Amino acid sequence: MSTMTIKLKIWRQKNSHDPGHFEDYKLDDVNEHMSFLEMLDVLNENLIKEGTDPVEFDYDCREGICGSCNLVINGRAHGPKHMTAVCQLHMREYNNGDTIVIEPPRAAAFPVIKDLVVDRSAFDRIIEAGGYVSVKTGAAPEANLIPVPQDTSNIAFDYATCIGCGACVAACPNSSASLFTGAKIAHLNSLPQGQPERDKRTIAMVNQMEKEGFGDCSNFAECEAVCPVGISIASIAEMRKDYVKAIF
Amino acid sequence: MKLDPKIPSGPLEEKWNRHKNEINLVSPNNKRKHHIIVVGTGLAGASAAASLAELGYNVSAFCIQDSGRRAHSIAAQGGINAAKNYQNDGDSVWRLFYDTIKGGDYRSREANVYRLAENSNNIIDQAVAQGVPFGREYGGLLDNRSFGGAQVSRTFYSRGQTGQQLLLGAYQAMMKEVHSGKIKYFPRHEMLDLVVVDGKARGIISRDLVSGEVMKFQADAVVLCTGGYGNVFYLSTNAKNSNVTAAWRCHKRGAAFANPCFVQIHPTCIPVSGDYQSKLTLMSESLRNDGRVWVPKKKGDKRPPNEIPEDERYYYLEERYPSFGNLVPRDVASRNAKMVTDDGMGVGSSGLAVYLDFRDAIKRDGEDVIRAKYGNLFDMYQNITDENPYKTPMRIFPAVHYTMGGLWVDYNLMSNIPGLFVAGEANFSDHGANRLGASALMQGLSDGYFIVPYTIGDYLAGNEVPKISTDHDAFKEAESTASGQLDKLLAVKGDKTIIEFHRELGKIMWDKVGISRSKEGLESAVKEIRKLRDEFWQNVRVPGEKNYYNKYLEFAARVADYFELAELMALDALDRNESCGCHLRDEYQTEEGEAIRNDKDYSYVSAWEYLGVNGKLETKIHKEPLEFEFVELKQRSYK
Ligand SMILES: Cc1cc2nc3c(=O)[nH]c(=O)nc-3n(C[C@H](O)[C@H](O)[C@H](O)COP(=O)(O)OP(=O)(O)OC[C@H]3O[C@@H](n4cnc5c(N)ncnc54)[C@H](O)[C@@H]3O)c2cc1C
Ligand code: SF4
Ligand code: FES
Repeated sequence: MSTMTIKLKIWRQKNSHDPGHFEDYKLDDVNEHMSFLEMLDVLNENLIKEGTDPVEFDYDCREGICGSCNLVINGRAHGPKHMTAVCQLHMREYNNGDTIVIEPPRAAAFPVIKDLVVDRSAFDRIIEAGGYVSVKTGAAPEANLIPVPQDTSNIAFDYATCIGCGACVAACPNSSASLFTGAKIAHLNSLPQGQPERDKRTIAMVNQMEKEGFGDCSNFAECEAVCPVGISIASIAEMRKDYVKAIF
Repeated sequence: MKLDPKIPSGPLEEKWNRHKNEINLVSPNNKRKHHIIVVGTGLAGASAAASLAELGYNVSAFCIQDSGRRAHSIAAQGGINAAKNYQNDGDSVWRLFYDTIKGGDYRSREANVYRLAENSNNIIDQAVAQGVPFGREYGGLLDNRSFGGAQVSRTFYSRGQTGQQLLLGAYQAMMKEVHSGKIKYFPRHEMLDLVVVDGKARGIISRDLVSGEVMKFQADAVVLCTGGYGNVFYLSTNAKNSNVTAAWRCHKRGAAFANPCFVQIHPTCIPVSGDYQSKLTLMSESLRNDGRVWVPKKKGDKRPPNEIPEDERYYYLEERYPSFGNLVPRDVASRNAKMVTDDGMGVGSSGLAVYLDFRDAIKRDGEDVIRAKYGNLFDMYQNITDENPYKTPMRIFPAVHYTMGGLWVDYNLMSNIPGLFVAGEANFSDHGANRLGASALMQGLSDGYFIVPYTIGDYLAGNEVPKISTDHDAFKEAESTASGQLDKLLAVKGDKTIIEFHRELGKIMWDKVGISRSKEGLESAVKEIRKLRDEFWQNVRVPGEKNYYNKYLEFAARVADYFELAELMALDALDRNESCGCHLRDEYQTEEGEAIRNDKDYSYVSAWEYLGVNGKLETKIHKEPLEFEFVELKQRSYK
């Protein structure tokens, strides 16, 4: 098992008012099987022992599914590995002596709370605006009453699997939330269950996205490239199509 | 302490319906006047909050993560059970009930489990109507897979992300009510205490995890949906923020803690790779549908798996349990993995692993079919281990996964503190001494969508809940207790980190309160836990400050609670002089290593009352006898 020395440049910011700065750290004995976040845990253990404040970063499941983690590594959201959330990234992707720059996802709609932790509540508000099928508990019909073709169900699933991490926003030159919003709209609008509220949902969610201060989509497709679950930009096309249909 | 399970009388099939017809209702006008706090937004919490708000109650929903959608339920992979019998393979509500009671090794309440099986079908209907994209057959109807402990196919799934899809359904239903104003939403909040006034739960103390402010919230009832306590072992498959704090603080305020020693150790997880390990990753049980579990027959065989010929492989589950084979329940699979590795047949560099092999399934069905079923799990495995499971068998080992124990609740899911309801993994309710796969999602949603919304109405209609202000002394006292504990932790300024303490505690628990337990081991665990707890309070180093975002302070407070819970778990395991389900006492097993239950003396729920911690945990056991009217108690056999 080989170990490495890694140099780190990490964004430190006390709170939303602090301008923030990069701080340099060096970490020896980094094991290649460590996950990236475990490497940061080890750094923090060292910092705590030295009496310095540890680096704050968000995580929970560490399995690539909760969408809590969202670091930008060497300029790329979630780091170098395709379709991999940063909690699933392992140090074997790096070499001895590498310098790694770690920043929070930057966007006007995602203000920094501390260090690498940001406020993504704008995403909740986009869902709140219409990202659901209105069905009261207990009012649902028998599940097999409405058959859904397997292909349709698969497509809906592919959109529904968005983990809400916000990497798409961080990667977009315009800080657009179109991939996130498009994924939820495309998920629900593609299913028979989603039809009755289709127009209302699309308009409400798109409007909310704008209201939150996310930028427009100019088809850079940077979002798709960093999305850890491979949400397709076809969802954005679906969203636009449905939006146009809905307003006319 | 009085523990009345309040199980309705009458035939099993009629109990729940009859109960629903008989309980008190709150009129729509009056619902508007009530305020309910729901703590936790996992499957149980999100479904309860949404359903209560739809009924017209005012709800406040709290969670630790920055969004309700990130609750630990999101990580559930394999599926959710329901007795739809779409496969026409003879399934029924009775069979699902029976499998669950038997799977739990006859340590759960018949009436609760039957209701769970009854509700299972409504859950699938509800989820489909919300747009949850379950796996479907070519004809467009819903598909099923098989899970351990059952001989029918009744598990509904959304590829390997069933928990995610079900949670998003419930979260979206909840957000709809946030929008309508019926739910006030408090993400990045952590409940630190329960406020009890005149014997009733009347509010909580919660810390805003961004500003650090410790705040008071009042309500007419509190629903605790805060998940399980598997992280007491440090390493587990639970998300890093999963914890026992909310439940434990309720316990300290008088809520009985039931069956704390019933912990499920999941047989198929990726083995530990080093000291830096921060959590363990589950490989879904659904893999056992197609994967075959084996070890080399020869001890210490270091050959690569593909070079070990067929007749030198020990397919121990298939050989020992011919009728269930690789699909034996989790406790049986984990215990057998421990037995073969204890015997020196383990594989991998540590020897603490067994193989889960897809060679034959790939030969039979082709790689594409296997990829379609398990692609994301295989990718996850490869990502973590850097090995390709299409080519070489997975290495797996048991890991702590789920806690059947939890706060004691009656049939209405109310704890012994009136007004405190507990739902989902946080209660002890339905799984006895062992939970079957795909039944936690079912239970969380059954509790949240279909039970608590009714039973809370009964409580509110039948009890006086006078107006109360958060200036009441009980609120002030709880606030200063919670706040004071954080100050105390910060003031220690010792030398050892929180993670170092937690890891040491976890090791004691894994070694002595884990897959198998003995009197001697448990007694020494109790001593070691006490000693380490004292050291924790004298030598822990908690960085930073209280009045702003500080993740390590959150962890420190949770670890402090684990230190108390750990002792209770060991004491509970010591009390139970039998083996049942996941609780294997070395002294009570057959020569072949099968659990020996003792129904005569231990057919009860142990419900512990907290009396204080003073060097040692002062606690008192109460016993709720389990009565079986409808099933016959048998020694479980999966042979
Ligand atoms: C990897 C994995 C895979 C699984 N797969 C399956 C499966 O296939 N099928 C199945 O049936 N089961 C499965 N399970 C089990 C199942 O996922 C859980 O038992 C279930 O989701 C628990 O749901 P819950 O709502 O009770 O709690 P959780 O989902 O754990 O939610 C707890 C909530 O409480 C909040 N909370 C906790 N403490 C506090 C506090 N002090 N203050 C405020 N909020 C708090 C959290 O923020 C969170 O919102 C799996 C479990 C794991 C770990
Ligand atoms: S679309 Fe992809 S990148 Fe954007 S929030 Fe969803 S999962 Fe993350
Ligand atoms: S920590 Fe959950 S997705 Fe990374």
